[in-house]
Amino acid sequence: MSLSLDDVRRIADLAHIDISEEQAVRMQGEMNDIFKMIERIQAVNTDGIEPMMHPHDAAQRLREDKVVFGDNREENMKNAPEEYEGLFLVPQVIE
Amino acid sequence: MEGKKAKMEWEVVIGLETHVQLSTESKVFSGASCAFGAEPNTHSCYIDLALPGALPVLNRMAVEKSMKFGLAIGAEVAKKSVFDRKNYFYPDLPKGYQISQFPLPIVKGGKISFTVQPRNGEPYRKTVNLTRAHLEEDAGKSVHGVVRGKSGMDLNRAGTPLLEIVTEPDMRSAEEAVGYAKALHALVVWIGITRGNMQEGNFRCDANVSVRPKGQQEFGTRCEIKNLNSFKFLQEAIDYEVRRQIELIESGGKVVQATRLYDPATGETRLMRVKEDSMDYRYFPDPDLMPLIISDEWKARVASEMPELPEAMRERLVRELGLTEYDADVLTASRDIADYYGALSANAPDKKIAANWVMGEVASAVNGTEGMTYAAAPVRPEALAEILKRLADGTINAKGAKRLFQLIWDGAEANVDALIEREGLKQISDASAIEPLIDEVLASNQKMVEEFRAGKQKAFNALVGQCMKATRGKANPKQVNELLRKKLGA
Amino acid sequence: MEKRFYTVAELSRALAAKKVSAVELAKEYLARIEAKNSELNCFLDVRPEETLKQAEAADKLIAEGRAGRLTGVPIAHKDIFVTREWASTAASRMLEGYMSPFDAAVVAKLKSAGMVTLGKLNCDEFAMGSANENSAYGKVLNPWDANAVPGGSSGGSSSCVAAGLAPIATATDTGGSIREPASFTGVTGVKPTYGRPSRLGMIAFASSLDTAGLMAHTVEDIAWVLGDMVGFEPWDSTSENLPAEDFTRDLEKGVKGMRIGVPRKWFQKGLDPEVAASIESVIEEYRRQGAQIVEIELPTVELGVPVYYVVACAEASSNLSRFDGVRYGHRAAEYDDIQDMIKKSRNEGFGAEPKRRILIGTYVLSHGYYDAYYLKAQKVRRLITEEFDCAFQGVDAIISPVTTGTAYDFGAKSDPVSAYLGDLYTVPMSLAGLPCMSMPCGIHSNGRPIGVQLTCARFEEAKMLGIAAAWQRATDWHLRHPNGY
Repeated sequence: MSLSLDDVRRIADLAHIDISEEQAVRMQGEMNDIFKMIERIQAVNTDGIEPMMHPHDAAQRLREDKVVFGDNREENMKNAPEEYEGLFLVPQVIE
Repeated sequence: MEGKKAKMEWEVVIGLETHVQLSTESKVFSGASCAFGAEPNTHSCYIDLALPGALPVLNRMAVEKSMKFGLAIGAEVAKKSVFDRKNYFYPDLPKGYQISQFPLPIVKGGKISFTVQPRNGEPYRKTVNLTRAHLEEDAGKSVHGVVRGKSGMDLNRAGTPLLEIVTEPDMRSAEEAVGYAKALHALVVWIGITRGNMQEGNFRCDANVSVRPKGQQEFGTRCEIKNLNSFKFLQEAIDYEVRRQIELIESGGKVVQATRLYDPATGETRLMRVKEDSMDYRYFPDPDLMPLIISDEWKARVASEMPELPEAMRERLVRELGLTEYDADVLTASRDIADYYGALSANAPDKKIAANWVMGEVASAVNGTEGMTYAAAPVRPEALAEILKRLADGTINAKGAKRLFQLIWDGAEANVDALIEREGLKQISDASAIEPLIDEVLASNQKMVEEFRAGKQKAFNALVGQCMKATRGKANPKQVNELLRKKLGA
Repeated sequence: MEKRFYTVAELSRALAAKKVSAVELAKEYLARIEAKNSELNCFLDVRPEETLKQAEAADKLIAEGRAGRLTGVPIAHKDIFVTREWASTAASRMLEGYMSPFDAAVVAKLKSAGMVTLGKLNCDEFAMGSANENSAYGKVLNPWDANAVPGGSSGGSSSCVAAGLAPIATATDTGGSIREPASFTGVTGVKPTYGRPSRLGMIAFASSLDTAGLMAHTVEDIAWVLGDMVGFEPWDSTSENLPAEDFTRDLEKGVKGMRIGVPRKWFQKGLDPEVAASIESVIEEYRRQGAQIVEIELPTVELGVPVYYVVACAEASSNLSRFDGVRYGHRAAEYDDIQDMIKKSRNEGFGAEPKRRILIGTYVLSHGYYDAYYLKAQKVRRLITEEFDCAFQGVDAIISPVTTGTAYDFGAKSDPVSAYLGDLYTVPMSLAGLPCMSMPCGIHSNGRPIGVQLTCARFEEAKMLGIAAAWQRATDWHLRHPNGY
């Protein structure tokens, strides 16, 4: 399977990265090379094998329902690109 | 082929997705507070803000509340469920993905039964099957108009636990949809998993609406109307959407699958700006979280902590007390009224009379007072039980009981015996006191006596009324009845 | 300070004996950094005032007799760990100048053990790379050879320790990012069992693979510090909850009677003959010391690289979605609307390698490809893991190469596929979450160090460090230093 330039643009859009035409063309070549390498996994017989999502088989630990983090707004927002009265500002969002 | 075409009969198909905000103290994956109405971003911690290096940890109570819901609707509570990432970009979604559940939700199946109140016709019972319910996190909120040309992101709400409840497309009218939504709302508040405050966004419905010619097997193309947060809007939106779709098809058009918003000002649904239309969410199991395992022991413990469910209580009231289905519905319509009745009937001498009082006197008072609930009613069940005891043992009569109720409602201290004394509400039960008064009444109401002798039963009741009037309502009506009968030789 | 290179153990003893103060030590290392960093570029953020503050606090504890054995010992942290007092950039323009409101768990633990932070270390952007050529803040030089890469992604950590700019450094290993740079720079690097050190505060690349670890000159040093670095973290769902361990307990044990597995068939993949010979010398030494050498086969681990890149890129593509210019990080100056702002910010903030991996990851998770790629890869991952588990039924440790050769020249592996294939010996252990390490075992005729890899079963760090110590007792490759240092 081979990626077209359209595929690359579509994926870049899904990933919300605004790549240029030049970048897209280069990515297309690189990604196709990488996928050729990746195809090798298809050769393995994995019938009846469960996918392994974590290195260790464990159950999710549960936390008691308590409020333990208080108001830390100033610290948490100190890297905000644009901020106003405790709100993170972005260009107007129309629903 | 114009003109002679028979008018098409349409069937409406509705499925509902409801997001219920669970009433936990802290968020589902972080230790920040879920409390409503705080200053922006004072309840969003580093996890909710998705700062670099943040990791999620699951809140036990959010799981238990989800389990309670599954148990309450007779669903399967999954032994193993998995949290997946739902990937998309939006400024109110800090991580660029929402932690949700996709193929393996915590709750599968289940059903809810309720009574439908159609606009035309008799009420009837309806059962809606549920597909699933899963646990996920809420996104933040956009605040508009604070700064010109900008929106402000308040992530206080980000990370609040949501239970997303999905039905099969089982509903066939807006009334059925509203009936389901109301029953679901009552249930989730009943079992204590949410505050159910719709103004605060605790309960939000999305309606999937489609139409098809009656008799057709396959479903028509559906549209999703999002974020309906009142039953009124739910009804109006569905009505409008059904009309819109039918008109569209009948004029030769085709319904296009889309997400729409309801505008209460215009009463119309409109196409929403593309947020996630036919998006590829690239679901995959969240590698920061392990699978959620629910043991049988845990399930059993949660089950043992559940209150009697509305359905079961309903059936019990009909069976044990001989109440009508309608009356049983009223008493189980909400946890609020059911708890009141429960506390009252535990102490009252007669459960049926207690039921009548709740549906009558108490309901009148509660409904007649703005913002009143049974839980906040000035006449507590214990006090009302005392009143009913005095009524049952003949100390007071019905009129007296009502008076006591009113007095305590208006603020009098709930000492029933003291009030009876103070207001002189003691019934006159002494025959020697009543008889002379009866004699007087008989003497001054010859006409009624004659009518009674002539066979008019109504005249007897009128005479009783006169006697009660003569005793200023204080006579024991039963006594009056008996003595009057004796005197009339009836 | 008479010598150039000191171990953690030596510094600890000197501090305890009051031969040197924490402030003096800090000043010495800061001076070295000042002198060498413009050339090597291993440090991204150095703040002497903050370092000296920590050193002063350490000296106070020492004076009060309340010091632990690591109090006052300097350490540097890879810029993947967030820190309150130093910027945390993950070597990316996306996080230029980012100041975290909290410390990573590993940083906090080592701080409370009294260690003094010298600064934040350069690395490949978002830990993606094998040569530290992918940093937005310039490449890092290998002190052994100015034309050679220091390895990656923890190139700053390895270069810094090899050059004597810190006695020990934290690093992270997702597919080999500790082991490979360690072997390229002649230092010892350890990746513990996944989940042992907490990932809280580690800027995430691949959640099911990222593991914090250490680089130093000796196994003993790492064994000393590892105990303070690991441990249960309640705010990390993947953190293992195990009783505290003394990782130095097997250092003197030796390898007599142990079984050491050698997957010889795997070695043949274009292994440089001098590297092969060095590894043979390690095997020989263990045999001489009384270990039994066992031939084993690991056929499926050969598929490690494609499996790794599918899984790691998939997880990374999602982990990096939070970088949208809304709440922190780079925001584009010009855009049409909110979605455009996000797209432009991400294009401007990310370098080529993160972009590449995000696109690959997005693709393998996308509708229609999820089963064939992501799910398939995770299934092969289980096969690889089971293969290791099976092998460890019969052996105590596995010896293998770290890479097929020594540090290569800058620009030599500019095409992504050849760079990725260079990870073939290190990714399988990452997929299985196993403890593994690399240690020096020779110097190539090209003047660049050679390393050998040890892998043990889950949670057997102490055993692994003991086996490594047996090699370091018999040889001195780990005490060799580059010319001019």
